[in-house]
Amino acid sequence: MSEKTLTRMDLSEAVFREVGLSRNESAQLVESMLQHMSDALVRGEQVKISSFGTFSVRDKSARVGRNPKTGEEVPIQPRRVLTFRPSHLMKDRVADGNRS
Amino acid sequence: MIRSELIQKIADENPHLYQRDVERIVNTVFEEVTNAMARGDRVELRGFGAFSVKKRDARVGRNPRTGETVHVEEKHVPFFKTGKLLRDRLNGKA
Repeated sequence: MSEKTLTRMDLSEAVFREVGLSRNESAQLVESMLQHMSDALVRGEQVKISSFGTFSVRDKSARVGRNPKTGEEVPIQPRRVLTFRPSHLMKDRVADGNRS
Repeated sequence: MIRSELIQKIADENPHLYQRDVERIVNTVFEEVTNAMARGDRVELRGFGAFSVKKRDARVGRNPRTGETVHVEEKHVPFFKTGKLLRDRLNGKA
């Protein structure tokens, strides 16, 4: 496995190559995509991208946690967590691409 | 929100772009993330989250219907970890 890490820069570079926009505008478009997705999730909406996957927000109720180092009990407040469920297409492509 | 709604929002904000170019832009970004993971790479989007690939070891599984044991091969699965800023925003902290 190559184990490279891509960032926003790599995504905007791909947009720059794909469409004839400036690097600057490509970067802004990537940013605005992430912003719209984040905003929808914060509003509690699901973000469903066909053939990519689904981001959904789930409510977790309060529970008593434990500090694994000290064994001390700590209350964990109710919170909202984000889960991502990859599409079948993504799962297949990731499985096929990384087969040894 | 679905893919077409995301495309529409971006198109509305960028009236100087053709709708079909906005479609290509949005599709390119998702495609790039999937391609990266198919190569075994990570995609780290600060504030939003990080996509990575996790290895699942081979195991002996069981067909839940018949109870028959089956060998499940080692495989790689996509994984997403929410970024700190988004996690905080979901909980009204940012």
